[in-house]
Amino acid sequence: MAKQFKEVHFNLNGRDVTTVVDVRASLTDMLRGDFRMTSVKKGCEVGECGACTVLIDGEAFNSCIYLAVWAEGKQILTLEGLMGPNGELSDIQKAFIDETAVQCGFCTPGFILTATEILNAGVEYTDDELRKLLSGHLCRCTGYENIFRAVKKTMYQRLGKPWPEG
Amino acid sequence: MYDIKALYEADSVQDAVRLRLEHPEAQIIAGGSDVLVQMREGKRAGKELISIYMIDALRGVTIDGEENIRIGSLTSFSHITKDPIIRKYINVLGEAVDMVGGPQIRNIGTIGGNTCNGVTSADSASTLHAWEAIVELTGQSGTRRVPIKDFYLSAGKVDIRPDEIQTAILIPKESYENTYGYYFKYAMRNAMDIATTGCSVNCRLSPDKGTFERVRIAYGVAGPVPMRAPRAETAATGQPVSRATVERFALTVLEDIHPRDSWRASKALRQHIAVELADRCLTEAVKRCGGEIDG
Repeated sequence: MAKQFKEVHFNLNGRDVTTVVDVRASLTDMLRGDFRMTSVKKGCEVGECGACTVLIDGEAFNSCIYLAVWAEGKQILTLEGLMGPNGELSDIQKAFIDETAVQCGFCTPGFILTATEILNAGVEYTDDELRKLLSGHLCRCTGYENIFRAVKKTMYQRLGKPWPEG
Repeated sequence: MYDIKALYEADSVQDAVRLRLEHPEAQIIAGGSDVLVQMREGKRAGKELISIYMIDALRGVTIDGEENIRIGSLTSFSHITKDPIIRKYINVLGEAVDMVGGPQIRNIGTIGGNTCNGVTSADSASTLHAWEAIVELTGQSGTRRVPIKDFYLSAGKVDIRPDEIQTAILIPKESYENTYGYYFKYAMRNAMDIATTGCSVNCRLSPDKGTFERVRIAYGVAGPVPMRAPRAETAATGQPVSRATVERFALTVLEDIHPRDSWRASKALRQHIAVELADRCLTEAVKRCGGEIDG
């Protein structure tokens, strides 16, 4: 069979874009190869580790098991899209630094995007709920506690509530 | 890059039916969380795919003209869990699919894909069996409906004809009215795991909450396909709502299911878990009906 290509139109980090992709590409391949969004990591490539997570229409997806052609008409957010106009970090990124939630950094972009979906819900989650919402990411360095604290701290900040002990 | 031989994208159900007939060897792909992973593993490498993922008409939960709950086959697990109709009438289904994989998998995984791959361990499968769901399939001559127990033919094999795709799952009113249920997934890990056994129970109590009017139970991973436990159901139906009934119901399960020893779990463990889950699920379902169990 001859190679098959398709033109895809979508919104990437607030900007309308168009590209021609090989239909065999995953969304990870397209974001890294065509758009140099290298925050989107290639980890397990079978939807287990969460390192390739991006937000599609506000929901977290593993871009490694998502066909690039399915991006048509979607709003896609990668970590690069969280940067402010003068290169500022977002609140959740700052919290990751303050809580030492980053060691090797490979899982960090994915965790931050899932955290973005969680925080955008504007809900006060219990610890158990937060742990469950973060469970689609593997981190082999931190032991998760600092990541959990960073997300929890930002949740309370955004809700304008004091951070309970712990 | 995936090792895909060719990709055919359907933009409507009719388009999908046409593509099915034109490309009989092609594999249907919905959300892809099984198909694309199997492709990476080499199992489905080099295959042609028919993508139905972009057919938005197959998304969403509604109550249809016959008062069935109608779940479009491409509705994701997370959307089922959040849906107000599901929460009101069949909350246990939303809870069951909230135990699939992890959050990102629940955003891409679809109820249609979860049933069409014919896997006994699918978290939706036991609940859909216990609620006597009906599968709607659409082909060139229109739609047909198949009770879920007949839809599963054997491990990994379901009743989809060469021109068809699954378009909806229906829960009839007779099934969901005044009925409450509970699902227990017994697995080794809290997330990103496949059930060792899954048990889904629901019941309807008499108006005075004293008698079981109807009890239904289904298991995943108790056999090659999801299965009901009819003797256990009979043992509880019409009986008083009591600890004795719940215990008899749970023990009778052993007459219905015949688990085997495997490397995952022994027969003895599986039997023990099956009885324990039946007991816990029915007890919880009674509470959700507003009933009480003595003792």
